[in-house]
Amino acid sequence: MSLLPFFQWCEASAVGTAIRNSQWLFPVIEAVHLLGLALMGGVVLVVDMRLMGLGVRRKPVAALAREIEPWLIGTLIVMLTTGLLLYTSEPTKLYYNGAFWMKMWFLASAIIYTFTVRRTVLAADETRVSPAWKTLVALISITLWAGVGIGGRAIGFY
Amino acid sequence: MSLLGLFQWLAETRASVAMAESLWAFPIVESVHVLALCLFLGMATILDLRLLGLVMRDLRVSEVVTRLLPWTAAGFAVMVISGALTFLNAPVRYYENIFFRIKMVALLLAGLNVWVFHSGIWLEVSDWDRDAVAPFRARLAGVLSLVLWACIVVAGRMIAYNWFDKVAN
Repeated sequence: MSLLPFFQWCEASAVGTAIRNSQWLFPVIEAVHLLGLALMGGVVLVVDMRLMGLGVRRKPVAALAREIEPWLIGTLIVMLTTGLLLYTSEPTKLYYNGAFWMKMWFLASAIIYTFTVRRTVLAADETRVSPAWKTLVALISITLWAGVGIGGRAIGFY
Repeated sequence: MSLLGLFQWLAETRASVAMAESLWAFPIVESVHVLALCLFLGMATILDLRLLGLVMRDLRVSEVVTRLLPWTAAGFAVMVISGALTFLNAPVRYYENIFFRIKMVALLLAGLNVWVFHSGIWLEVSDWDRDAVAPFRARLAGVLSLVLWACIVVAGRMIAYNWFDKVAN
């Protein structure tokens, strides 16, 4: 089944129409999305860097991850909310935009990876995971999130 | 030479023409700018949040700063280079753009804030290094940093909109 009818329904929705018809709404939501991106970068990188033995090395990985997780989830909620609003303003255009689909695949992978593999490794006893594995886990996380960011920027250029 | 004259001269340089004519240069440079934003502002935000006592309260402030500042600085270097290249794409158009001007003024203020912090309360860090919440002047620097960088990001994004340009492009 094609998703196109659903995309068209989103486009016709009151929220989508309101954002599309406003000169200011899209840029403002987009700016909030970008501010969320900066915080997202911080909370993802500070933990992934720590996993690779860089940055705040005095703090145990598991303790840092526990402390940062609420920030990660909070930022993710802001990103998903603003992202969804941006999407509803032009779904059918996005349906034919390759960069949008690339971003969505990276996003789904990044979220699943973050809350399964990465979360498990972050909570694990540090002595039980070798430095090489920890570096690999961190690099995959950074790659997946970078894919989301690049895909997002590319939507505008596509 | 006036600022506009300088920008007009810049626009004639080979680097500027190459940026403007290349199909790929602008998207690649912009993508680098956005990714470096995550590193630079992500790290800077965490430093600010530590000053405010919102994260890593169990670590000394100087520990967080010395560990993260090199990454913040590296991210900033990439931001400046990719930002300068973006500017070279169309110097005269950006000169006319109100959001570009706001961004440049806010950048100067953010730099001033860093200077005031590092030449003031930071010199006495050993007195408050272990405090969960830093003293008022350090917290003020943290809040100003967060507010100014938010303005810089928002204004930067808005440069793409030429609502207020005298010469519509």
